[in-house]
Amino acid sequence: MSIAWYLAVSAIVFTLGAIGVIARRNPLVILLCLELMLNGANLALIAFSRLWGNGDGQILALVVMTVAACEVCIGLGMIVAIHRRRLPIDVDELRELQG
Amino acid sequence: MSATTFAWLALAMPLAGTLVLALGYRSLPGRSAGWIGTGTIVLAFVAALGALLELQDRAPAHRALTSSLWSYAVTAGIDARVSILVDPLSVFMLLVVSGVSALIHLYSVSYMDSDRGYARYFSYLNFFVFSMLLLVLAGNFLLLIVGWAFVGAASYLLISFWYRRSTATRAGIKAFVINVVGDVGLVLGTYFIFKHTHALDLRGSFHAASAGAFVGGSGNGDLIAGCVLLLVGAFAKSAQIPLHTWLPDAMEGPTPVSALIHAATMVTAGVYLIARMHPLFERAPTAQDVGAVIGAATLLVAGTVGLAQVDIKRVIAYSTMSQIGYMIMGVSVGAYAAGLFHLMTHAFFKALLFMAAGSLIGAMAGEQSLQRMGGFRKALPFTYASFLIGGLALAGVPPFSGFFSKDEILLVTGERGGWHWALYVVGYLGALLTAVYTFRMVFRAFHGAPVAEARELERGHPHHAEVPRNPATGEPEDTDVGFPGPHHAIAERALPMRAAMALLAVGSIGAGALQIPHVDFVIDDFLRPSFGDSSLYATHGRDWLLVLGLSLGTALGLAGIAIAYRVWVMRPGSAARVRARARPLYELFVHAWYFDELIAALIARPAVAAGRFARDTFERRVVDDALIGGTTTLIRAGSAAVRAAQSGFVRYYAALLVLGVTGVGFYFLLQS
Repeated sequence: MSIAWYLAVSAIVFTLGAIGVIARRNPLVILLCLELMLNGANLALIAFSRLWGNGDGQILALVVMTVAACEVCIGLGMIVAIHRRRLPIDVDELRELQG
Repeated sequence: MSATTFAWLALAMPLAGTLVLALGYRSLPGRSAGWIGTGTIVLAFVAALGALLELQDRAPAHRALTSSLWSYAVTAGIDARVSILVDPLSVFMLLVVSGVSALIHLYSVSYMDSDRGYARYFSYLNFFVFSMLLLVLAGNFLLLIVGWAFVGAASYLLISFWYRRSTATRAGIKAFVINVVGDVGLVLGTYFIFKHTHALDLRGSFHAASAGAFVGGSGNGDLIAGCVLLLVGAFAKSAQIPLHTWLPDAMEGPTPVSALIHAATMVTAGVYLIARMHPLFERAPTAQDVGAVIGAATLLVAGTVGLAQVDIKRVIAYSTMSQIGYMIMGVSVGAYAAGLFHLMTHAFFKALLFMAAGSLIGAMAGEQSLQRMGGFRKALPFTYASFLIGGLALAGVPPFSGFFSKDEILLVTGERGGWHWALYVVGYLGALLTAVYTFRMVFRAFHGAPVAEARELERGHPHHAEVPRNPATGEPEDTDVGFPGPHHAIAERALPMRAAMALLAVGSIGAGALQIPHVDFVIDDFLRPSFGDSSLYATHGRDWLLVLGLSLGTALGLAGIAIAYRVWVMRPGSAARVRARARPLYELFVHAWYFDELIAALIARPAVAAGRFARDTFERRVVDDALIGGTTTLIRAGSAAVRAAQSGFVRYYAALLVLGVTGVGFYFLLQS
């Protein structure tokens, strides 16, 4: 199968994720969409890895997953903290850090 | 041990004392700080004696030793080492400085007893002695400048010792500023000399100068400029016109400090400098003449001002200026041995006078005005005797030491002939004035009807002020740290003070015997190796001049005392009559010839006006408005633009990010 298919799927997944991050306001969903973007990138990495017969890309994919896990931990923790303080679960409302 | 080792030891002792006292001031009970301070200086004096003995063991031609501790900066063209020069001149200064300092430390043990800054005082005093020894031992210009600046700093610290007295801090600043003017002179002078001799080392410089480093000889402009600039340094340190105004104000410091720094040692540094640099000065007769004329002018001006002042310490300060005028004049006309001899005898009798004045001020509970004093003869017999001995030596009455040393200077001045006769006349005129103002102090403070303080003391009760006051302004003070302590010491009740004064009195009486014309020439012979290359050294000849000088000195000294006796004892009202008759002259003298006002008008006020003008125009318009204001406006506008992008919307940031990455991606796509 041509690499183009894999890349097409990867691009679609990445774009969906990006659209989700930009368009949605619920932090939980934004987090999920971020995961989608990361996984889109992972898919591309693994596809290229297979194409060149080189393991580096796969290792990088594993690293990305680790980073994603860390990020989810922190992100979820923050969402829980926001919820506990009864703040709105909406990123547009949480904009105290504006310049 | 060699002489240089002893000299290094003499340097190390006061430095060690400074450090011990400065670091351990909390854990030094009672008078221990004073005894440590005194002990180190006594040890330094012992080391100086060792250096003297070692030096005398050597042949006269080999009595100049150098020793360097380490190389400070040795590169092409510059050879700066931490080195000392031990020769008869520096050993002479070493002995005078450490000897007189030891006695003044001893005096201070009692005198400063109740002061809350006791350890600080001795630490500063030790630091001063270290600096002064560094100055006189320095083997190159660099170390000389370091010592020169250090004594200025020590003088500042000690003048402002009572740092909560605004008058004292102001006097300290004034002294420091004027001393720095001198430092600048010294540094620039060194530059002019170094430019030609290419040697920082003193002996190397002199060798180069005698080998013809200065093209054109005595007409060489750089040599004259260098020597005159060295003179500026000497004038500032030695309080000569026009850089003398700090010395009377320096009397704000504790009295032993006035005795040590502002009479016996530091202010004579200029005399030492000129004597030390004599190979250069003798090649620049113009500079020598400047020194001689300024010295003579100072001795006369200071003598007249001494007649009119009422603060006893200020009178002695003007007298110091006047006596240093003699010394500067002496070493400038080639009377090196005589000038240094006078330096030594003056150190003895002037320190003694200050110590006696300190005891007197103690009996007056801090009051320093002669107008409030009187009749202390019976209440303070020991102080009276000391003051009298010091006064007789200062007035130049035989056989006291001042008689021999002063007349020796004037003798050599007369020998030079020509216009130097004018200096000779001025010198003897000054001698008359000296006797008058000295005995004015004696008669006003010790004779006449006893004041209340003296009567109390005769009954055994030293006077204590209800509220301690600043003697200059009358402001009330307390006795905590930063002000004088609660108790005032008088010599009659403090053994260390008596011991120090007695030893100095012996020196004031007997030191003249070191050099009596036609009898012995101890000082002349001792210093000869240092001045071996001098063409002016010790040119005694005409006996009629000698006889004339000695008899003139005796006659004028006694006449001055007689005038003072007539004016202030026999006819107590006559001083006021004279004052009324010669009003403008009195005003001139009491305002010290308006030098302070002159300096204020010529230098201080124009400088302040220029500063104010610069502040109002350049500072405010250019610096504040254009440079600083322009920069802040720019940064503020830039950050406002950037701030607008920081909306706080996470999604907006994400979109920007995605757009940016996409843009970069497209760019590369289009490029490939």
